[in-house]
Amino acid sequence: MDFSYSDEQQMLQDSVQKFVKGQYDFDTRKKLIESDRGFSEDYWNLFAELGWLTVPFNEEDGGFGGSAVDLMVVMEEFGKGMVVEPFLATAVLSGGLISELGNEAQKQALLGAIMEGKLQLATAYAEADSRYNLASVATTASKSADGYVLSGDKVVVFNGPAADKLLVVARTSGDKFDRDGISVFIVDADAAGVSARAYTAVDGHRAAELHLNDVKVPADALLGAEGKALPALERVVDRVTLAVSAEAVGALACLLQKTVEYAKTRKQFGVAIGTFQALQHRMADMFVECELARSIVIMAAMKLDSSATAADKTKAVAAAKSRVGRAMRLVGQEAVQIHGGIAVTDELDVGHYFKRVTTIEHLFGDTDYQTMRYAAL
Amino acid sequence: MNADFTAEELEFQKEVQDFLKAEFPQDIKHKVDNGIKLEKDDFVRWQKILYKKGWVAPNWPEEYGGTGWSPTQKYIFALEMGLYGAMEPVAFGVKMVAPVIYSYGNEEQKKRFLPDILQSNVWWCQGYSEPNAGSDLASLKTTAVREGDHYIVNGTKTWNTLGQYADWIFCLVRTDNTVKKQEGISFLLIDMKTPGIKLSPIVLLDGEPEVNEVHFDNVKVPVENLVGEENKGWTYAKVLLTHERTNIAQVPNSKLKLQKLRKLAASTPDGFGGTLLDNPVFIKKLAEAEIQVQALEFAELRTLAAVSVGKAPGPESSILKIVGTEATQFIDELYMEVAAYHSLPHVPEQFTEGFDGEHVGNGSLAASANTYFNNRKKSIYGGSNEIQKNIISKAVLGL
Ligand SMILES: Cc1cc2nc3c(=O)[nH]c(=O)nc-3n(C[C@H](O)[C@H](O)[C@H](O)COP(=O)(O)OP(=O)(O)OC[C@H]3O[C@@H](n4cnc5c(N)ncnc54)[C@H](O)[C@@H]3O)c2cc1C
Ligand SMILES: Cc1cc2nc3c(=O)[nH]c(=O)nc-3n(C[C@H](O)[C@H](O)[C@H](O)COP(=O)(O)OP(=O)(O)OC[C@H]3O[C@@H](n4cnc5c(N)ncnc54)[C@H](O)[C@@H]3O)c2cc1C
Repeated sequence: MDFSYSDEQQMLQDSVQKFVKGQYDFDTRKKLIESDRGFSEDYWNLFAELGWLTVPFNEEDGGFGGSAVDLMVVMEEFGKGMVVEPFLATAVLSGGLISELGNEAQKQALLGAIMEGKLQLATAYAEADSRYNLASVATTASKSADGYVLSGDKVVVFNGPAADKLLVVARTSGDKFDRDGISVFIVDADAAGVSARAYTAVDGHRAAELHLNDVKVPADALLGAEGKALPALERVVDRVTLAVSAEAVGALACLLQKTVEYAKTRKQFGVAIGTFQALQHRMADMFVECELARSIVIMAAMKLDSSATAADKTKAVAAAKSRVGRAMRLVGQEAVQIHGGIAVTDELDVGHYFKRVTTIEHLFGDTDYQTMRYAAL
Repeated sequence: MNADFTAEELEFQKEVQDFLKAEFPQDIKHKVDNGIKLEKDDFVRWQKILYKKGWVAPNWPEEYGGTGWSPTQKYIFALEMGLYGAMEPVAFGVKMVAPVIYSYGNEEQKKRFLPDILQSNVWWCQGYSEPNAGSDLASLKTTAVREGDHYIVNGTKTWNTLGQYADWIFCLVRTDNTVKKQEGISFLLIDMKTPGIKLSPIVLLDGEPEVNEVHFDNVKVPVENLVGEENKGWTYAKVLLTHERTNIAQVPNSKLKLQKLRKLAASTPDGFGGTLLDNPVFIKKLAEAEIQVQALEFAELRTLAAVSVGKAPGPESSILKIVGTEATQFIDELYMEVAAYHSLPHVPEQFTEGFDGEHVGNGSLAASANTYFNNRKKSIYGGSNEIQKNIISKAVLGL
């Protein structure tokens, strides 16, 4: 058993930490969220320069190694800064799909560009009534003479507004819930027939609803074998789930730390509110939740990097998201409550961490969903 | 013991239902049903209709315009209003300052202020909290210094809800610095148009400027605006707070939300071909919420039955405050769970009157994240839930 980071991981953590501390304070983030693009192009280039965009990819693809522990290290630090740059959407989710499913030509064309910071991507998989079931796909891709024609609607496509290309999950055969018949296509964001309704999500991230109206794509837009994409999609979404769980661990650590600090300085009744045992015990509970969340995310990351079976890996991710989900609700709510009125304002960072963790709670399978998924495995 | 309604009570229930159907404005009902933001005018218009019917202030003594209803009638009225989605009158006037004025004000003040509250001619707001006097309200520092016929008020109030709409503010001010902190506080009514008052809006987590900081810079307030005796304000303030707390329980509103939630769950796909009502984990939680609200309802009924007309409820109001807010917040969580990722888009303009763009998310569920964030305030204001537990520990359990 060894829970220490390798030298490389330590350096990675130090460099992300330094960036977040030095260049990503709350006001900077606020300005980025309010900007047209919704994130910083300069920071994105910096991420590329520092090699962070290579972290999700394995060495054959030219990446840093692609281990889940590396990813966890980066995401936890991003969580502390509530980083809004689309690392998850472009590199982990979309990049992950290309890495899993793409042929040499597709990888050649896309992965290098992602790692160099030159390509923004978004993956459109969720639909209005698919909820958390990745196999529930109603969007269709029908074969045409020289390719496919895509039609359907997608929701909460993170990074949709900035994406140069979209990875669209569509059905090439079968019925709505069939595991077979699901394919992934690379679609230019400005292709004829694609329209997007862009918006800012409650946590400040940008997303879009997508409408695909007879969108024609060439045959080589297909990523992987026709109709066989679901297992890869599930693996990639599990990785993303692990990544957001790690992000949450970072955000929760900040919520705890900020709450404890505030409780030591805020005075009511002539004393610091942290002297009230009613609050002390609740901060102790927050601490316990934070430690359990961190522990189970480490467990899941190590499991993903091990030779465990696919089912065991999935089960570990489900366990992590479930437990972190519980921590997000408890720690988020308690941080707000213990701060009092100031935490329900837009001015204080605490409310924004609360919104981010609440968002994570409801993405990629909420707590009950992941608990039941665990139970079923 | 008997929980059935009598024939007269059933008749009264029918009367309330008929009244709501006939008189609650359609356009406001449309807004409520679709989660569209209500404007000040919506509240005022509806309250004036209630006033015409004589039903604006069921809790007031009859001599000032109350209805003279039994506790059961009041319960029926509140329930039917809530289930229909009709807003209760804004609490600051009818439920907060008015009881203080009719209990402790002089005849002149009763005549001057109560009719305008009844008729919704004047919008009131509450000026209790200060940046450093939240839970420890009695440590408030805003001063009122007597100079001839006036008090000169200086200081900062905060968390002032909807002060941007208000014509008058009721304030706790310090009139004596030399005594125990509770003993130097007075209850002052201040016209918001008085020179020297400045509001700075505070934006909350849902993006709305719902509260304000209110700055008082040498504000001249006539001494006749003092309610009751100088330095006795704390007593009046506490009475008002018990009214405020009871009001926070919101049982009818929770019942309506639960009814709607059950319907929404029945039409929300679970992603596997069924609906959320097929999901055993979800229906267990929904049932727990319904049970919680039933227990709360009967706790409230027992409190109401014990309170005679015009009298303030006792420390039991703390139970209603704690459980009422917890129930609301739990229901908010369930809405978000039903909405799943559909509550994540932050597109507030689609919940304003006249929006005709493309709607994002899933109908009114799309607002559920913002509602959840916003309603975290409920366990904080009105005396936080921790403070309520301190009250129970001390005043009820004798600890
Ligand atoms: C089954 C069992 C086996 C045990 N075995 C052993 C043994 O082998 N050897 C041995 O030496 N002892 C043993 N104990 C004793 C055990 O350590 C004591 O019961 C324990 O320390 C609590 O003390 P108490 O029972 O006197 O309760 P108290 O100390 O009187 O506590 C009563 C309640 O007050 C709470 N409380 C006390 N102080 C605080 C505080 N500062 N803040 C908040 N809450 C507080 C406690 O948590 C508890 O809920 C055993 C006890 C049990 C029940
Ligand atoms: C949206 C909103 C609207 C409001 N509207 C109004 C309004 O219109 N008018 C008005 O006057 N006020 C209003 N308030 C103010 C509200 O009453 C205060 O926020 C509340 O009293 C808490 O004070 P605080 O925010 O300063 O928190 P603090 O008092 O600083 O409390 C911080 C934390 O410490 C806890 N705590 C404090 N003391 C104790 C103790 N002794 N034991 C255990 N725990 C303790 C609290 O429970 C809380 O969790 C509003 C507040 C909000 C958030």
